[in-house]
Amino acid sequence: MRKGTRLALIFATIPFLTLVFALPFVNRIEPVILGLPFVLFWILLWVVLTPAVLWAAYKIEKKHNPPGDEDRR
Amino acid sequence: MNAALLIILATIVCSAVVGIYAGRRVKMNLENWTVGGRRFGILIIWLLMAGEIYTTFTFLGASGWAYSKGAPTYYILIYGTLAYTLSFFILPELWKLGKRHGLHTQPDFFIRIYGSRFLGVLVAVVGILSIIPYLQLQLAGLGMIVEVSSNGAIPSRLAILLSFGLTCAFVYTSGIRGSAWVSVIKDVMMIVAVVVVGLGVPRIYFGGISNMFRSLISQRPDHLVFPGAAPTMDTLWVMSTVLLTGMGFYMWPHVFGSAFSAKSDKIIKRNAIIMPFYQIPILLVLMVGFSAFLVLPGLKNGDLAFLELVHKTYPSWFLGFIGAAGAVTAMVPASILVLFASTLLAKNVYQAGFNPGASEATVMRLSRAMVLVITTTALVFALLLPNALVNLLLIGYDGVSQFFPGVVLGLFWKRVRREGVLCGLLAGLAIVVVLVFGRHDPFLGMNAGFVALVVNGAVTVGISLFTRPGRHY
Repeated sequence: MRKGTRLALIFATIPFLTLVFALPFVNRIEPVILGLPFVLFWILLWVVLTPAVLWAAYKIEKKHNPPGDEDRR
Repeated sequence: MNAALLIILATIVCSAVVGIYAGRRVKMNLENWTVGGRRFGILIIWLLMAGEIYTTFTFLGASGWAYSKGAPTYYILIYGTLAYTLSFFILPELWKLGKRHGLHTQPDFFIRIYGSRFLGVLVAVVGILSIIPYLQLQLAGLGMIVEVSSNGAIPSRLAILLSFGLTCAFVYTSGIRGSAWVSVIKDVMMIVAVVVVGLGVPRIYFGGISNMFRSLISQRPDHLVFPGAAPTMDTLWVMSTVLLTGMGFYMWPHVFGSAFSAKSDKIIKRNAIIMPFYQIPILLVLMVGFSAFLVLPGLKNGDLAFLELVHKTYPSWFLGFIGAAGAVTAMVPASILVLFASTLLAKNVYQAGFNPGASEATVMRLSRAMVLVITTTALVFALLLPNALVNLLLIGYDGVSQFFPGVVLGLFWKRVRREGVLCGLLAGLAIVVVLVFGRHDPFLGMNAGFVALVVNGAVTVGISLFTRPGRHY
């Protein structure tokens, strides 16, 4: 696997860590943030941050994977 | 004639006209009909994918779950986001392969990668069996929305016949191009409807979203954390369900297939980055469900919470607008479901299974004929046998999710073998059927489809490793 893709994959674990594996630790109402119960706030926060995470992954992948050396199938 | 009726009928007819117009002066071969000639730019891909992903379930199901189950409904916010993250890696590779080999459908991919027509036919059959009940669900949702929102002026059956007949017409003439154009109307109307109601309802009854949650927290705090009002849907269920549905999302044949219609792999990758923004309207839909929980307690059918609350709150012409938005929200996904079910039947069951020598023109003609067959079948089930396919619907998502190992390993792991994929897929499907129909879902607190997917993945990898190295396909 090319280096850029490997780095991008590391970024991509962030939504899985926050939105799946962190759920048992955030399943509560307090503290209420922006009027939302904490668990809903947490989920919403990471849903909205995911485009930023993916955008960073995109930039890093582009930087480390020079065009033209694609592996052919 | 009342205003609601007029708005609903005008929207349905206009959408169909736009859909039919979309295909004018395009020479309709299979390439243009199923994947739009692989020419869609980022805006149209974004609208199309949102168009097919946000179905009547967005209106009725998400708010219905917020109403009747509470916190487990949060899973809807999560799984899409996970699916888009996965699609960032999967879809561009898939697109490149599709471009290089001229693939149109999901079974095309399996046949190409694994050199097994049998596997292709199996994938096509499972896909079609999952699509038909899903299609029927869209029709039933459409009928319910239009009937309630026109105050009974348009009976459910008439609404279904009219709008689905017109949908069938624009699929026949324009293929995916028709769906893409109608998506524009659909997405705009849906967003307006959801924003107005999602912000309006909590404001009108509670003076804002924060106040609505304050009342809910003081009265029923347990409704807002897992497992809410559904004891079997605790945190472990949510975790396994978002993993399953996140992985299964792009395995639906119609969602998978529409990835091929992008102009380039870059477009599809950039699209994955912006897709999560489409989750925000879902949050607003949940607000409506939670508001209804306090304002209209004791509804028998939670799926009606959204419509009942709008009915109670807004003038009838606005209810008509909601009905119109609901109708196109069913028409767009229905059109793509019909399109891909027809192509699967013609190209991957008939051509791949029985007549490999059939010409592309024959397959194209047959695909179009199948539009009528699939439409009629779905109508018969929706109008005459509404409960016949309930069992299939239960396992639809679990079923298509079982394609995930075959797709991902086929793209990224050179060691995977068709024997492994076939055994894994069969094992996964068998476990789904046994657990779901044996009433063992959830299984050990986890979604049964997820359990099946784990076994499927292990079998696929295990058997691939034990099969001779080097493949000749």
